[in-house]
Amino acid sequence: MGTDLRALYRLMLRSRRFEEAVTQLWEAGKISGEMHLGVGEEAVVAGVVAHLRDGDAMALDHRGTPPLVMRGVDLSLLLKEFLGRTDGLCRGIGGHMHLFSAEHLAASSGIVGSSGPLAAGFALAAQYLHPGNVSVAFFGDGASNQGMLLESFNLASAWQLPLIFICKDNTWAITTQSLKVTGGNITDRARAFGLNAAEVDGSDVEAVSSTAGGMIERARDGDGPSFLLAHCPRLEGHYLGDPLRRANMLELAGPLMTAFIAQPGAPVAERAYSLGTLLSLVGKTTVDKNWRRHDPVDKARRKLQSQKAGLDTLEKEVEAEIRLALEMAILES
Amino acid sequence: MRTMSFAGAIEDALGQAMAADNRIIIFGEDVHGLRMNLFVRFGEKRVRPAPISESAFLGAAVGAAMAGLKPVVEIMLVDFLGVAMDALLNEAAKLEAFSGGKWKAPMVVRAACGGGYGDGGQHEQTLWGWLAHIPGLAVVAPSTPADAGALMLTALQHDGPVIYLEHKLLSSYWLEYLGSGGRTNVSYDIPAEGANGTVPDTWEPLPLGRAIMRREGSDITMVSIAVGVHRCLEAASALEKESVSAGVIDLRSIAPLDPNTICQAVAKSGRLLVVDEDYRDFGLSGEVAAILLEAGLTFKYGRVCTEGTIPYSRKLEDAALPNTSRIIEAARKLL
Repeated sequence: MGTDLRALYRLMLRSRRFEEAVTQLWEAGKISGEMHLGVGEEAVVAGVVAHLRDGDAMALDHRGTPPLVMRGVDLSLLLKEFLGRTDGLCRGIGGHMHLFSAEHLAASSGIVGSSGPLAAGFALAAQYLHPGNVSVAFFGDGASNQGMLLESFNLASAWQLPLIFICKDNTWAITTQSLKVTGGNITDRARAFGLNAAEVDGSDVEAVSSTAGGMIERARDGDGPSFLLAHCPRLEGHYLGDPLRRANMLELAGPLMTAFIAQPGAPVAERAYSLGTLLSLVGKTTVDKNWRRHDPVDKARRKLQSQKAGLDTLEKEVEAEIRLALEMAILES
Repeated sequence: MRTMSFAGAIEDALGQAMAADNRIIIFGEDVHGLRMNLFVRFGEKRVRPAPISESAFLGAAVGAAMAGLKPVVEIMLVDFLGVAMDALLNEAAKLEAFSGGKWKAPMVVRAACGGGYGDGGQHEQTLWGWLAHIPGLAVVAPSTPADAGALMLTALQHDGPVIYLEHKLLSSYWLEYLGSGGRTNVSYDIPAEGANGTVPDTWEPLPLGRAIMRREGSDITMVSIAVGVHRCLEAASALEKESVSAGVIDLRSIAPLDPNTICQAVAKSGRLLVVDEDYRDFGLSGEVAAILLEAGLTFKYGRVCTEGTIPYSRKLEDAALPNTSRIIEAARKLL
């Protein structure tokens, strides 16, 4: 797998186009449950996955689709799984939040923070059985307040595991702003555990690739674990159909006003503060649409265009690949 | 009498209780949004969003309860209790015994539970049997709006830890958040009697551990809880057409269990069918049989439960959860 911008852009675009197809299937009512996309995280994932090789492991969170797409899991098997078919990647049992590919040593979980301990186990097995192989944990800023994740920082450091923690910081913990519920700084926490830590612009795939590549090499050489915090946009809310993005203030206004005047209750100032908090959250998700400016796929494309890289063929190839996977998945259903 | 949704009843009862007792506080992930009306009425001091740190804030609820507050701590989905089990298993549940009965932790752990919308095996469990297994914990799961509000008051008035489970097929907002996401082209088998219903003008608590006969029947007694009760009622109506008289008991509380209501009914019918959305092995379905055997009853026995990991696929999921046709089939075998 190459790590030049063109190769990275291809990885990102495959993931983006794939998740666009998934969105259409979801909107058509063919996908059930909570569909969490990794749209906006592609540069973080591509910049890491591009450096992985056979035998390396990945522990994934509820946004497992992009890492699996980029790692080379069969796209039609993924789609069939999303459609709940018994010939899907996990026989229709796992679904999009619980994706597993033993041959890629890739496992996901819908339990926030659980990728840390799992990746530590993958790394321990690598250290013992296959020195030179590494393990990667993907998680978000929300997970960084989860005890088991912080404990695995310590474990990785104490045992000098070949493990790279990747924190995709999109500033949101479900529908809570992380800043409101997080003490201190996440990268400082990682450093305090003795991890080699860095922060990077997660919408810049070359920056991620360069930093993550160094961390992965370091782990392969037996020089211990690292932590990378990548700032990235959350372009599609917590999941498709995020209630915060659909919030209809006109509908909510009646009950909220009733609550605002109901007696007894908090002093008026506290009630006004609560109301303001809700309005600002809804406002923020609207304003967050400006995150589009930081769309990592667009950014990489602009850079390549300025290099007159001739993207037509690449993009057509990617689109054809996704279309074929979709046809295979739909035709057989 | 008023008409309310299941979720509306819980919120209304909570509002009544919070207005009467300012020691009641709510905390958990996203509660500013999930409980936005209470958040506005009672302010952030009493409705407090928490980080995704279940073991810390559930443990903190135990301490807060021990020191004079009455927390309603929200764990979002009951599946996530796995992350934070120490607080319940070894702290809250043991306090009263360890302190020689001198110290108690009156707290409510509120969590959504249950499947039927294709969210997969980490988000659709019920786990009430697993929780009820632990001495020192009370576990309730209402099946109607009237019980939903009343049991919330029951839980708040209890002097120890109560797990209050809210089935997602009955609570429209959960189904909207986790299932449809605003789509109109997806559908769920929602029990109408459970999702909306009449409720009293002022909430009164039910006694803890009191089951209710939802339908009288002389040939067979079905015992269930939460959504399972509605599936049983549907099965009982279908069986009536075959001239089978099936009774349905709604347990409402798993711990403590109400042995008397079950014993009286099964003593008459001689047939027991337990319908449990929780896992079959080592759980509620076996426990109900054991209680009746201990009481010296002789009866025919069957059970319809969830037997393995709940599949994501809607079709496989429907077959895995106790559905009406599985219940009818199991009932016929006992006749």
